[in-house]
Amino acid sequence: MKFTRTGRHLALNEGLIFERSAPGRTGYDLPRLDVPGVDLGAALGADNLREPIPGFPEVSEVDVVRHFTRLASWNYSIDAGMYPLGSCTMKYNPRLNERVAAMKGLAEAHPLSPESLVQGSLEVLRLLADCLAEISGMDAVSLQPPAGACGELTGILMIRACLSSRGNPRRKVLIPDSAHGTNPASAVIAGYEVQSLKSDSRGCIDLNGLERAMNDEVAALMLTNPNTLGIFEQDIVSIARIVHDRGGLVYMDGANLNALMGITRPGNFGVDVLHINLHKTFSTPHGGGGPGAGPVAVKQVLEPFLPVPTVERREDRRYYLNYDRPDSIGRVKAFYGNFLTLVRALAYILANGAEGLKEASQVAILNANYIKHHLRDVYDLPYDEPILHEVVFSSRRQTRNNLTVMDLAKRLMDYGFHPPTVAFPLVVQGALMIEPSETESRQELDQFIHAMRCIAEEADSDPELLKQAPHSTRVSRLDEVRAARKPVLRWKPDEVGDQDS
Amino acid sequence: MRYLSTSSEQQAHMLKALGLHSAEDLLTSIPETIRLRSPLDLPPALSEPELLARFAELEAGNAPRILSFLGAGVNQHFIPLVIDSLCSRGEFLTSYTPYQAEISQGTLQAVFEFQTFICQLTGMEISNASMYDGSSALAEGVLMARRISRRRRVLVAGTVHPEYRAVVDTVTRHQDLTIQTVDHGGDGRLDPAELETRLGEDVGALVVQSPNFLGNLESLDVLADLCRQKGVLLVVNIAELLSLGIVRSPGSAGADIVCGEAQSLGISPGFGGPHVGFLATREKFVRNLPGRLVGQTVDRHGQRGYVLTLATREQHIRREKATSNICTNQNLTALMVTLFCSLLGRKGLRELAIQNVSKVQYGLAALRKLPVEILFEGPRFNEFVLRLNRPYEEVAERFHAAGVVPGLPLGQYDPRLGNALLVSITETKSKQDIDRLVELVKAAA
Repeated sequence: MKFTRTGRHLALNEGLIFERSAPGRTGYDLPRLDVPGVDLGAALGADNLREPIPGFPEVSEVDVVRHFTRLASWNYSIDAGMYPLGSCTMKYNPRLNERVAAMKGLAEAHPLSPESLVQGSLEVLRLLADCLAEISGMDAVSLQPPAGACGELTGILMIRACLSSRGNPRRKVLIPDSAHGTNPASAVIAGYEVQSLKSDSRGCIDLNGLERAMNDEVAALMLTNPNTLGIFEQDIVSIARIVHDRGGLVYMDGANLNALMGITRPGNFGVDVLHINLHKTFSTPHGGGGPGAGPVAVKQVLEPFLPVPTVERREDRRYYLNYDRPDSIGRVKAFYGNFLTLVRALAYILANGAEGLKEASQVAILNANYIKHHLRDVYDLPYDEPILHEVVFSSRRQTRNNLTVMDLAKRLMDYGFHPPTVAFPLVVQGALMIEPSETESRQELDQFIHAMRCIAEEADSDPELLKQAPHSTRVSRLDEVRAARKPVLRWKPDEVGDQDS
Repeated sequence: MRYLSTSSEQQAHMLKALGLHSAEDLLTSIPETIRLRSPLDLPPALSEPELLARFAELEAGNAPRILSFLGAGVNQHFIPLVIDSLCSRGEFLTSYTPYQAEISQGTLQAVFEFQTFICQLTGMEISNASMYDGSSALAEGVLMARRISRRRRVLVAGTVHPEYRAVVDTVTRHQDLTIQTVDHGGDGRLDPAELETRLGEDVGALVVQSPNFLGNLESLDVLADLCRQKGVLLVVNIAELLSLGIVRSPGSAGADIVCGEAQSLGISPGFGGPHVGFLATREKFVRNLPGRLVGQTVDRHGQRGYVLTLATREQHIRREKATSNICTNQNLTALMVTLFCSLLGRKGLRELAIQNVSKVQYGLAALRKLPVEILFEGPRFNEFVLRLNRPYEEVAERFHAAGVVPGLPLGQYDPRLGNALLVSITETKSKQDIDRLVELVKAAA
């Protein structure tokens, strides 16, 4: 008999679910079949049948609970601590949102049900669309895009449709060099060439550069405001005028909307279309990387081109799905969006109200400025401009000893924090992009500041300590080069390591 | 506000530390002319009890306790309770994308298991970490086939889910490819002879769904042979993943790309989302695969671990040259699928699939005795097309008053299918439920 080598505590030595398998075990119970069994060959065609799937696990319910609870314990999470990730807005995810999204009548509704039977679901959609239009200062909203990048694509497709209806879709989209990578990628899927705009010395859009670049070949400017440096584009009104005067439209990436709620609105400063990340500003959980939601909000000029269907209300006050929209760009997702994510966002808006949302933005800005204030003597600040909800430092002072910004980031894990966004935006060398969000307490911020200051010291006094970091996590630094050079992307039965059979 | 952790007193202290007097002093970079002068016009803030009551009202707007035979890509199946219990853990629910691998091993290993399950189900060599949903996975599958084949024309079966086809049209519209639709034959499936005439030299890919939108299983091996002869990539879309518990995998039949929707395995209908798409293919196409990928590696001490890998395909590295604009996967719903597959396992997935086949055959046998027509008889998993003798609108009220939605009216998608309903019978329907459907159809026939 062979015993499993534990090495460390069992919980730290959990293999793959496939390796826990033992023939004959099950983790489910089904009601007994209450209709006659059938000849599967006759029902499905003999050629279409398959044998039980080799390597599919056979484990009990207890095994599954243990396995995934152990896996869970290896994750950092917002429930456990702060995520100072710039442009990701990792704020607390209220449990109340989860409760309402689990309500049976909402969770179990079928999207193709007759409209008369799902008026509640349709009302949720309409309510949320109206709230988002008000918060963003726009005229109409589509909740269909399931994520920010899809919202971008939807927005640019609408711009294309609008310009085509005026006779010429044009050729190019202008994108500042500080933008998220999804921006250029989305513009390309919409059939545009991308022209990068160099930021000026303040880290903002250079008005002269924009003047020169903006011509009748340019369909749109895609900007983020506040931008990825956390700086509000002060010239935004002039920027929008330049683009509009030459027949272009202004797209805004709403990743940083958490800085603006109740303070100003994209609709007030010349934006024609923006997407909103509900998993950022509106507190829906990240779930380890999705599902999110990326509704788009538009001004009247783009309203005819919104995806189908839109949710509307008849004179008899009944809600309905309107497919009769001849200028629509079509569908960007099956059904109506990530509905249960939308439910969570609505719960957040209704819990906060106008004052709560404004206070959230104000405190998010305060927290970011507090961090900036307490770290600026230690870390380089390449763009020393007034910031809103996030601050971007450069690690160049700390990385003199042959260290990289990643070494600093990994060391932060030993202090119990998730690292900030690093090496982005690209306009800052060795960027450390920090966004605390409003839900962090002063104590948590103080601890984070302390950790960052300690690491700056260690970078000088003991660079090797950082190079080897993290020291306190379940696994030490992982070999990414090996993962990419010889990709192992799935488990296979013949590659079993130390299975206890 | 209960979601904020700093008191007004603390805020005042922090402002003082910054040398400021009020929160307004932090907003000097926002021009006065564009500041909001009045509060947002939103409903008043609700306490927890008030909010629960408000949502109970909204929930009540949906008809309760409906016996529904709707499927069409959103399938009603048993969901073990353990799934919700584990997915509600904060470590899964509230964690971020696992870019920092050392403190995200739980998520990464779970995704690696998801990728393995998708490979096992589809019979393919590799799978990505998931996509938004079935419709988006198909659009990405088509773009991927275009990149690999370098040919411009893509044939799409008319029996692919109509909403998926709509998404493919939107997403691929400006990508230098032409989508053409191939109609089904008289038996509700693609006609290989007809298809052969359409597979010209500029055709890069054939896209089919199985079971298709009419519930029929396509002859994937015949289609795969045809495609191989013509150098065309076969893209198979699966909108009912549970079918692969009993139906031969598309990979074993010769598919090149298999994509689809995994909602059937542990995810509630949720009025259409969030669900989870998947995209699987051959190993040799890995550089053309869009979306996140998790790979196995080792740490400094040789201990096994997992990381996001091959990111040079993706937008945050490649920007405008990326394989796709998509940034995220659909992690939490993918975890639901991983949990479902783990719990049901080798035996359960098959048993559940067989129950579906049995229930649908029971329903079909009873309906064949009525003066209604079953269209497109042939091999099927858990859906079929039923033609009433009158437009559904004329009898809808009768069904709804009895608390039953008998199926999806198909005339809205294809005028030739007026009076026809797509009916889904899964294991969630008891014998009595099916008998009730049959009785109502009899009365309405």
